[in-house]
Amino acid sequence: MTEVMATTTETTVTDNTSKNDDTPTLSVIVEFTGGLEMLFSDQRRHVLSIPTTDKSGKPVTVAYLIEYLCENTMRDTRKELFILDDHLRPGILVLINDADWELEGEETYEIQNGDNILFVSTLHGG
Amino acid sequence: MDPITGKIERLKAQISETEVELQQLKAQLARLEALLSLPSPSSEAQANDQPTESSRKWTWPLEEEEYTRYGRQLILPSVGIRGQLRLKSAAILVVGAGGLGCPAAAYLAGAGVGTLGVVDGDTVELSNLHRQIAHNTARVGIKKADSLIQYCRGLNPEVRYVGYGEHLTPQNAQDVVSAYDVVLDCTDHPTSRYLISDICVLLGKPLVSASALRTDGQLIVLNNPPATQGSADGGPCYRCVFPKPPPADSVVSCGEGGILGPVVGVMGVLQALESIKLLAAGTGKENYQGPGEPLTPSLLLFSAYSPTPFRSIKMRGRRSNCFACSASSMLTLKELKTGSLDYVQFCGVTTPINILQPGERVSATDYKSILASGINRGSLLLDVREKEHFDIAKIPGAINIPFSTFQTKSRSTSNGYSAHLEWLPEDVSSDTPIYVVCRVGNDSQLVAKKLKDLGLDRHGERFIGDIKGGMKAWKLEVNQTMPFT
Ligand SMILES: [Zn+2]
Repeated sequence: MTEVMATTTETTVTDNTSKNDDTPTLSVIVEFTGGLEMLFSDQRRHVLSIPTTDKSGKPVTVAYLIEYLCENTMRDTRKELFILDDHLRPGILVLINDADWELEGEETYEIQNGDNILFVSTLHGG
Repeated sequence: MDPITGKIERLKAQISETEVELQQLKAQLARLEALLSLPSPSSEAQANDQPTESSRKWTWPLEEEEYTRYGRQLILPSVGIRGQLRLKSAAILVVGAGGLGCPAAAYLAGAGVGTLGVVDGDTVELSNLHRQIAHNTARVGIKKADSLIQYCRGLNPEVRYVGYGEHLTPQNAQDVVSAYDVVLDCTDHPTSRYLISDICVLLGKPLVSASALRTDGQLIVLNNPPATQGSADGGPCYRCVFPKPPPADSVVSCGEGGILGPVVGVMGVLQALESIKLLAAGTGKENYQGPGEPLTPSLLLFSAYSPTPFRSIKMRGRRSNCFACSASSMLTLKELKTGSLDYVQFCGVTTPINILQPGERVSATDYKSILASGINRGSLLLDVREKEHFDIAKIPGAINIPFSTFQTKSRSTSNGYSAHLEWLPEDVSSDTPIYVVCRVGNDSQLVAKKLKDLGLDRHGERFIGDIKGGMKAWKLEVNQTMPFT
């Protein structure tokens, strides 16, 4: 845990001195299940490097990640199957390190290096 | 085989099957009657100390045969004689007698619950049988609730069975559900899922909910413990987890998306397991004391093809502003019954797509004539169903460009669409008509429209349209001798 923190601080510092070439990143594992993987090249598991901070310099949150996924990872034009009215579409659960994101602050949760973020579409069949 | 002959065959099969069942019941009755008339070994031994009449009487809490029938689970610490007696005094309701309900009800019947209720308004179809294992070929056409009970009765006639050959509705929900201790949601649509959750909250019943699609499944025990509305001690309800229903267009049924039998089977079996755990521990009974440690609600995710097929997720508790289970909830039994909650409207309905002009749509019959007449020699037929459907059966000459590929962003071009036109033969002339066909005639309209938007119709020089009603209409009108999936 301490190691992760140290790395984050260090890379943030690098960000101030260098420019865009060397944007510090966080490594996250993003997974999709329940049919959502179809929007992401039929791939359930993605290992991504995302910026540590957003445009205004704040640490990136799950809200940022959702937008990032739409812009950079999604290969399907049907964005509305993932985002509706600027929020995650109803019927999708977000699980941060195997816990409901509502236990972690939902969209405002600040992403840590190595986090596992799982998007689950609810199923209805029986 | 014409429909009447088919029906006669089915009835014959059903009659012979019922006769076998009747024989089994008679044999069982004879066995039990024989047991009564025979002096038991123990009564022989005790004959000297006690009056004969009372010593013949079986004084143990379960029936003699039940010690044999349930012996293997009785000796488990998690069940024991107390747990078995609780199961025997429990009433369980299975809503939905399909892929989840069949295995769930079978295991609950086997385990010896006292009463098993089954709710389903549908009838058995041939396409159900690969996963709805309690039904069978001879029972195609009969009510699923009856068919499932017939199966369970063969498995364990000691259980009391109650069939409801209708769907659960806001009007009948209270009458049906109030007689039970635990409810299993084995249905297949958001409308029924919200309704079942609401009635379980209102009547204080724990709810074991599962669902499945393609190769994935989900399981969650809701309203457990089933505290009153507003009590923070209660477990979350379906609305706590999913306050808003998904858009109707995003809901995929097993008929559309497909389902692997064992996947939904696993989930149904797990529902039975969770119910047995709840009941054997005494949930839903007056003497229920609650578990030693606080319950953390969890959602079980099953992905058959994942390297880690089972994953358990820690879930939130009750939502403080939940529509159904919070202190501020206005939901009442009266309100439910009077129909002021429209579940169909709440979950939304998919409106049939109708974006092409009548002149841009040809019927299957007309397309057949067009092909035969040779007017549009060299016309292109795009089949936009997914590859699996196309591989099963297709119209000769059709090119398969799955609908999903039209939804893919292109990395190389700014407008993002030119990459999808690779299928268009280079030597095709600018006025070659393009026909689009899909499964039932929705996606085909969307694709035809898209192709026009891309300018492929060359301002009207080229015809672009779809086959109305898709492959379903093609089978119905043109070629009955092809499979439709
Ligand atoms: Zn609730």
